[in-house]
Amino acid sequence: MTDAADAVRSPGRRAGGLGSIAAFAALIVLAVAVLFPVLATALNGFKDLSEFRTNPFGLPHVWMWSNYWSILTGYRYWQVLGNSLIIAFFTVALTLVLSAMAAFTFAHLRFFGDRFLMSYIQLGLLFPLATAIVPIFIKVRDLGLLDSLWGVILPQVAFSLAMGVLLIRNAFKQLPGELLDAAMMDGCGYFRYFFYITLPLSGPILATVAIIAFVASWNGYLLPLIVLNSESRYPWTLGLMAYQGQYMTSWQLVLAFITLTILPAILMFLMAQRWIVAGLTAGAVKS
Amino acid sequence: MTVVTYAEAKPTAPAYATPARRMTVNGWAVVVIFLPPALLLFTVFVFLPIVEAGWYGFFNWNGYGRPERFIGLKNYGYLFNNPTFVRSLINNAIIIVFSLLIQLPLALAVAVMVAGRIAGAVWFRMIFFLPYVLADVAAGLIWHFMFDGDYGVPSVITTWLGIHPYFLLADKTWAFSAVLIVILWKYFGFHMMLYIAGLQGIDGALLEAAEMDGATPFQRFWHITLPLLGPMIRLSIFFSVIGALQLFDIIVPLTGGGPFETTNTMVSFLYFFGLTRMRIGFSSAVGVVLFIICVAFAFGYQRIVMRDD
Repeated sequence: MTDAADAVRSPGRRAGGLGSIAAFAALIVLAVAVLFPVLATALNGFKDLSEFRTNPFGLPHVWMWSNYWSILTGYRYWQVLGNSLIIAFFTVALTLVLSAMAAFTFAHLRFFGDRFLMSYIQLGLLFPLATAIVPIFIKVRDLGLLDSLWGVILPQVAFSLAMGVLLIRNAFKQLPGELLDAAMMDGCGYFRYFFYITLPLSGPILATVAIIAFVASWNGYLLPLIVLNSESRYPWTLGLMAYQGQYMTSWQLVLAFITLTILPAILMFLMAQRWIVAGLTAGAVKS
Repeated sequence: MTVVTYAEAKPTAPAYATPARRMTVNGWAVVVIFLPPALLLFTVFVFLPIVEAGWYGFFNWNGYGRPERFIGLKNYGYLFNNPTFVRSLINNAIIIVFSLLIQLPLALAVAVMVAGRIAGAVWFRMIFFLPYVLADVAAGLIWHFMFDGDYGVPSVITTWLGIHPYFLLADKTWAFSAVLIVILWKYFGFHMMLYIAGLQGIDGALLEAAEMDGATPFQRFWHITLPLLGPMIRLSIFFSVIGALQLFDIIVPLTGGGPFETTNTMVSFLYFFGLTRMRIGFSSAVGVVLFIICVAFAFGYQRIVMRDD
């Protein structure tokens, strides 16, 4: 159930015959339709503009490696990827640290107002960041964080806390209570229990939260759009739009730039496919 | 990690194997050290902003100085008399209806097909899920190219037919259908994965028993699979609606809200007509409307539809 990407035993048995051939054909058509835009984007990045006009969906006659090469050897591409990586790294790290600490408190300690505070943080699950984007802009400005990466990181962390605290607290609660009793009996305090027992046993849920926070941050657009002004601080989503604005008439370059900027996500997905699928779907189901 | 040694020095209370553990000094130390950072960040960047949105919404304010020109509910009046905003509300509604009637049934059909032992099932799932991990902005730009009248798919068709180029994204009657296609392309794989996870939880013995009793494949699907998938379907509807309400990233690279402002959503309206023009009070009011719709939906849906899940 946690690993959706695994080959599974289906409820139905091998259907066989015409039905399954038709189903297979339908799936092939759908798969081609899904992949086609991505492949067309990557291939057209290899063309020159005149060929692009006459032959938009065929293989390039002349492979213009220079389109890709000029982007890869330029400063811009690496800068926007670097900015995205810094933002995503700090967003994930802070989300994990703050959520795990709060989740630990909510999982193990009963104090006046604990349930109220838990529901308070859960409010964050009810509405998306876009609803509060205007006051967030004002707040970030008043805190002097406009045009700084922290102005993107901190609100992103704040908006992933609700999900993080909920998922991690539920996982912490599922650890056997005898563990905590035994640790307490042996004179181990809460802090040591947290660092030496709880965290090492909670790898999968921390990975799930990390994946959700990372993907959301890496693909984020609205928040950096309102916070950042200098192109030198743009993450790749903003950098891509700026590039498109600048090279509007040279679609082939824009397509090469798109291909290169989505490449890290595609490579990560291919390498860690089972984890990413399980993380994004299981995370959704559990919260 | 100095806190570890600090914790060691504390006397530990006798451990009671009861759910309600007695509070100790050590326990209070955890509460005081572990909770405030999350609460502070959440309050500053989630809770206060949403309260402030409600406050700013009553003012005519350009964002500088303090909001002083109190105008009551006038921003909301302007909003609902603004044809572009009404259009964007309708567009959000169209996305929801489209998702429920087209996207989710398609995702379910595909899930049933690839959850079985069909050849290449793992590959199909991976391909269908792939667009979900790509950024909306990139998806929007890729499809901007795909729909382009000079270079994209329409150009192949119009050239072949020998007619004038057709620019779907400039056609004010049909441009919004382009947005729907991109949403379908990008998100159906996510819902498919949810359904696959649900299908894996169904006991195969139930279906086998039904088959022995002579139930047709359609009957087995309609009377066994579908009801058992209920919780997952209700969940996917929830994500679908919340996602549809906050759609923005796809609109900007694909249509920019045009042509003739026919393809805006609430959030893109908020951005183009409020935030970029520093009409802080007005755009806060849009945020409040969006907030009320989201919260009303989330509460109502969880109380009424998902109460048994």
